[in-house]
Amino acid sequence: MDLSTTYMGLELRNPLVPSASPLSADVDVVKRLEDAGAAAIVMYSLFEEQIERDKQELDYFLTTYAESYSEALSYFPEPHEFRNLNAEAYLEQIVKLKEAVDIPVIASLNGVSPGGWIYFARQIEEAGADGLELNIYYIPTDPDLTADDVEQMYLGDLLQVKSTISIPVALKLSPYFTAFANMARKLDKAGVDALVLFNRFYQPDVDLATREVVPNLELSNSYEIRLPLRWMAILHDEIKASLAATSGVHTAQDVLKLIMAGADVAMLASALLKEGPGLIERILQNMQLWMEEHFFESVSEMKGSMSLLSVAEPAALLRANYIKTLGSVRKSGWE
Amino acid sequence: MAVNKVTMDGNQAAAYVAYRTNEVIAIYPITPASPMGEHSDAWSAAGQPNIWGNVPTVIEMQSEGGAAGAVHGSLQSGAMTTTFTASQGLLLMLPNMYKIAGELTPTVFHIAARTVATHALSIFGDHSDVMAARMTGFAMLASNSVQEAMDFALISQAATLGSRVPFLHFFDGFRTSHELQKITPVPDDVIRKMIDDDLVFAHRQRALTSDNPLIRGTAQNPDVFFQAREAGNAFYEKCPMIVQEAMNQFAALTGRQYHLFEYVGHPQAEHLLILMGSGAETAEETIHHLVDAGEKVGAIKVRLFRPFSASALMSAIPKTVKGIAVLDRTKEPGSVGEPLYNDVLSAVHESNEKRNITLLGGRYGLSSKEFTPAMIKGIFAELEAAEPRRHFTVGIRDDVSQSSIDFENDFSIEPENQFRGLFYGLGSDGTVSANKNSIKIISANTENYTQGYFVYDSKKSGSVTISHLRFGPAPIQSSYLIQKANFVACHQWQLLERFDVLAQAERGATLLINTPYPEDEVWEYLPARLKLDIHKKDIKLYVVDAYSVAGKAGLGRRINTIMQTCFFKIAGILPFDEALSEIKESIRRSYGQKGDWLIERNYLALEAATEGLAAVTPPAEASIDELEASIANGRQDNGEIESILRQIIAGKGDDLPVSALPCDGTFPTATAQIEKRNIAREIPVWDQEICIQCGKCAMVCPHAVIRIKAFEEDYLEDAPPTFKSVQARGKDWPEETHYNIQVAPEDCTGCRLCVEVCPVKNKQKTALKALNMAPKDPLLDAEKENWEFFLSLPEYDRSRLKINSVKESQVLQPLFEFSGACAGCGETPYIKLATQLFGDRMIVANATGCSSIYGGNLPTTPWAKNKNGLGPAWSNSLFEDNAEFGLGFRVTIDKFEAQARQLVRMLMTDIGEHLGHELLIADQSDEAEIFSQRQRVAVLRDKLSAMSSPEAQQLSSLADYLVKKSVWIIGGDGWAYDIGFGGLDHVLASGRNVNVLVLDTEVYSNTGGQMSKATPLGATAKFAAGGKSSGKKDLAFQMLSYGNVYVARVAMGANDTQTVKAFLEAERYDGPSLIIAYSHCIAHGYGMEDGLRQQQAAVKSGHWPLFRYNPELANGEGKPFIMDSRGPQIPLEDYIYNEARYKMLTKIDPAKAKQLLEKAQDGVNRQWDIHQRMSHLLNEEK
Repeated sequence: MDLSTTYMGLELRNPLVPSASPLSADVDVVKRLEDAGAAAIVMYSLFEEQIERDKQELDYFLTTYAESYSEALSYFPEPHEFRNLNAEAYLEQIVKLKEAVDIPVIASLNGVSPGGWIYFARQIEEAGADGLELNIYYIPTDPDLTADDVEQMYLGDLLQVKSTISIPVALKLSPYFTAFANMARKLDKAGVDALVLFNRFYQPDVDLATREVVPNLELSNSYEIRLPLRWMAILHDEIKASLAATSGVHTAQDVLKLIMAGADVAMLASALLKEGPGLIERILQNMQLWMEEHFFESVSEMKGSMSLLSVAEPAALLRANYIKTLGSVRKSGWE
Repeated sequence: MAVNKVTMDGNQAAAYVAYRTNEVIAIYPITPASPMGEHSDAWSAAGQPNIWGNVPTVIEMQSEGGAAGAVHGSLQSGAMTTTFTASQGLLLMLPNMYKIAGELTPTVFHIAARTVATHALSIFGDHSDVMAARMTGFAMLASNSVQEAMDFALISQAATLGSRVPFLHFFDGFRTSHELQKITPVPDDVIRKMIDDDLVFAHRQRALTSDNPLIRGTAQNPDVFFQAREAGNAFYEKCPMIVQEAMNQFAALTGRQYHLFEYVGHPQAEHLLILMGSGAETAEETIHHLVDAGEKVGAIKVRLFRPFSASALMSAIPKTVKGIAVLDRTKEPGSVGEPLYNDVLSAVHESNEKRNITLLGGRYGLSSKEFTPAMIKGIFAELEAAEPRRHFTVGIRDDVSQSSIDFENDFSIEPENQFRGLFYGLGSDGTVSANKNSIKIISANTENYTQGYFVYDSKKSGSVTISHLRFGPAPIQSSYLIQKANFVACHQWQLLERFDVLAQAERGATLLINTPYPEDEVWEYLPARLKLDIHKKDIKLYVVDAYSVAGKAGLGRRINTIMQTCFFKIAGILPFDEALSEIKESIRRSYGQKGDWLIERNYLALEAATEGLAAVTPPAEASIDELEASIANGRQDNGEIESILRQIIAGKGDDLPVSALPCDGTFPTATAQIEKRNIAREIPVWDQEICIQCGKCAMVCPHAVIRIKAFEEDYLEDAPPTFKSVQARGKDWPEETHYNIQVAPEDCTGCRLCVEVCPVKNKQKTALKALNMAPKDPLLDAEKENWEFFLSLPEYDRSRLKINSVKESQVLQPLFEFSGACAGCGETPYIKLATQLFGDRMIVANATGCSSIYGGNLPTTPWAKNKNGLGPAWSNSLFEDNAEFGLGFRVTIDKFEAQARQLVRMLMTDIGEHLGHELLIADQSDEAEIFSQRQRVAVLRDKLSAMSSPEAQQLSSLADYLVKKSVWIIGGDGWAYDIGFGGLDHVLASGRNVNVLVLDTEVYSNTGGQMSKATPLGATAKFAAGGKSSGKKDLAFQMLSYGNVYVARVAMGANDTQTVKAFLEAERYDGPSLIIAYSHCIAHGYGMEDGLRQQQAAVKSGHWPLFRYNPELANGEGKPFIMDSRGPQIPLEDYIYNEARYKMLTKIDPAKAKQLLEKAQDGVNRQWDIHQRMSHLLNEEK
């Protein structure tokens, strides 16, 4: 059985890739993921904003009360050096992972400034990452910002990074684009090596007891693959870049569906956080069982077999849910 | 060899050599010597080697006594060892110093000489500490300047090895230890040549080792002790010569020649000063000036004070001298004269030369009192007088014992070709750090000599700094504050009202003001006094709106580089373009590692600063007469002590005569209320409609500026129009009771804690609470009036309040108010609570530290009293003895109470059996009972006043002790966990009824963030720069093991009700009580407005489990051990990484941070397990 696939130019032994999550912070866990069959690893995200914020806060709190009072001209030791002010630990983790595992290591970067994207992309490449996923975690809340401004910003960030480094670059996107297919094509033309669909934003909640807005992250469930599933199917035949499906991948069935829709890889995080690295092995076994039962010999054979151009009822992929649901109800004999 | 000059202060200069020439450094933090240890620790942490290529081991001990013991042991086992200390610290080292000297052990102790506490503590400089050490057998070498602090550190190190006599190398605290000077550093090869390895080996050869066993430190009997004590004399005889040889060798290597007694002045001087320390620099400078003016005067700078070489002194005194004034920077009450005077007198008397010299002894400069050229001229005038005073003081006006000599205050020798700048700023605005940076820029880029000295006030919130900067082509020896400034900058508009900023400005000087007003309007807003001075002194005025520039550049309220740029632009000390590029370079160096954003924003600000800078021409029509009239109208006078305190507040304490000050250090309380510091920009505003009257805001207010009163409606008749009140909520209040929450607008620091703790949210807009911050200025007048009215309302009857609830306890009047503690301080709310509950019968022993500074540093004290004149009595003895000091209070009170009770029994018939019996059986367990007992005592007093028997008089003087007294022993973790632990342990074990409150900030806060044994695992602190690798000592459980000690661990921000309960139970318990209170602190590295939230996180994470152990319940009904918090509910990292003290380690050494976090999390889990087991065990036991 040939499970291999190609993703952003990287030859992978199968289409299962753990996406950015805290799991990659632990080398031993990544080794276990590799042993369980993970084909590559996307590291946790390096957040430029967090790094800058940490530096600002550190500078503020280390200096703000200094030189005010005669008995205490400072309140903190002056470290000889900061070894991790500029994400050095992240870069070291790339090196450690590269040493520890044979599968490709894809770094993940969330930048905020033009300089930040370039600086960190270069550092990540130098540290030895096999690829870079740009995690554009951005909610355009400014009413003055047009859709075109937003699209140009994405394209600009991508072009800057692409012109800076030579390792493949993936872009992890939110689905909140007015014309997503068009956006995907623009990014494809701009040279993106893969699109990772989609980012799950932290959606804030309201705590009724305290009447405070609280950050909230619920782990995904299988239902959530529906959104990437559709876009895998739509984009598979449209763009050259690889496609990674993320959100809601929990079972072999999820993976199979996504591959058939057109995904080159399926990415998992919530399921691994819940069930541990061994899940990958189980999914792979179940995938193979299903493929055997259905006489598939390779992933490549299956890939895109249910894409927009391959599927019997393309309208089902294109229409909004409302119509499709009514149709289903009708078929089932309710009317 | 050309050596680049560097800029540093005296502490760094001395530590520079000490570090390079030692292998072990054992220290304990104490102002002003702490930076020497901190530098050493930083160098050691960075792996910097000494001259032998190894990295010295730096160890922080639990006290100076401990440090001296460790030094002694380290020396005895052969390591080159040193320590740094001052003042009380040196006194704690004395016992070991006798031993070290008696054993002829080479070492140098470097001392930033500081006043020893007498009638008051003082952190400032004089020689009272080192003079107390002159019996120890240590040699004593005095440095007078920053350069000498480095040079003599090396000379003393060489000489101690050569002589085997240990050395005290000392220099003046603050004046030298903290003064920045451009100096020539001693190159490592010179240090190498000065330190003879054979002598180092010889020291090591004498070490105790099992490979060559011997004993030392024996006990000796009358038969031989005396002879043995004399056996070392030869070493002392040779010592001065060895020092001089070291000085000569040093001169050969560096070109800087020193002598044991250094003569400066006219070769045929007739009048002479002899002195040591920084004052000698001013003396030399003044003498050069006087000699140039034709006067035959001179001075001898004493370098080596012990062993005192009389022959070297005599040969340094010119033959022409007729009169000598010996100046001591110390006081030895009751002696014939001070130590140096006595030595000089003996030397002159014992010399073979029969010279007719008049010898005077003078005291000067105690506690960093200024010592100026004018005073020196005054002393020479005294020497020339027909009948000079044999003993005198100089620098003060002694109108009591008439000891002081007069001098012409305006005599100045400050040269014309010198820049002298005064910079007024706030601690928080970065003025000092910018000035330090300017000094370094000017030092590095010009041939100028430079000097920087910084005056801080003793407030921790809104503290004012005054920087004194001198630059000029000639070496700067002026060891006194600037008297004639040619440049004055005021970085804070509000300081113009508070300080006479042009008082030191010379004619034609420049004044730079940071103003919120446009250049064409600013004149209108200047204080009249300032306008007058600008006219009279022909001042050139410049203004800049630095806050606006900073805001636009995204720098928030960081104005330091903006003001620095304006200074360089105006002062023209170096070409502006060059200055600008240097400032940019220093910004890049300072912030380079921390991020481009700061660099860019600062660069933007620099450009904008020069554009915003404007010269202002004073309007010609301003009438000087009118201005003078308006100033005169503004003056007002108050009561005597208040007027004295006001003078100190205004920075004019130096002008007070001796008669103005109490002779024994005793002051009235309740004086902070006169300060009205007005430091808040925003104050809380009460929304009475939605307030639920929970009292939490008043409870957490660190400055007692949020007050609550409940009162009858009738009082509202006279209320000011904006005074707010509502019906008191809850069935416990009588009908028609009104309730008010009032802010003291001029005392509030704007810390926001009250807003943060407020649990109420506005229904329409959840961002609003029942207290909301609003700009102060528009509210000020109305709120001042409301505050005055609030104060006029009666206090609620204490006996009718349920004080075991937060809600009602907060109606009690706090008797600790308006302290100068940091805005948002985590300690003061606990102290304030204690005063609300027990203040009218409270006596407090306060360990040295933050709480003794905000509690008792002149000019005022926050400790207050109620309308009946009752309130806490407070004292600070020392750092190390606080528990014992408080126990002393208890013993006396118990003794007096027992005597009073005995006298009541004896006088039962005379005072009436009923009254006597009632007095004796009163249980005084609650406020109502205590009130009744006070009334009985009043009746008793009334009866006693008509009686004349000795017993009646005795009882009259002791009757107040029949009312229960509450003894509180208060201090920080440095005291309780470290230096005072032995005493604390003993006091708690004594079984006596004392209440110990440990304000646990988990670090030495007052001296600047050094590790204590309360510092948690994984936190960074000074001396734990790589993260503390051992856990926090569990003081609570240690003391709990006694079984009869009430112990509570509290955190007001996490559970305020538990805090109130713990205080009440602890006080009620008739035995020793210990409350360990989590106190958030600026040394934790986050905004203090989040302090309460962090307290919650500390408890939720399990770092700070809350409990109470009440021994009263151990053998009866109920559970003695109550857990008041649940087990860990959030990961430890969710608590600790909100604080820079922890988070910085993730940036310094992420791997270690991770490892320590895991260890700390394990520790927290284990701690919770132990608490559960303990709870089970103790509650089962009953």
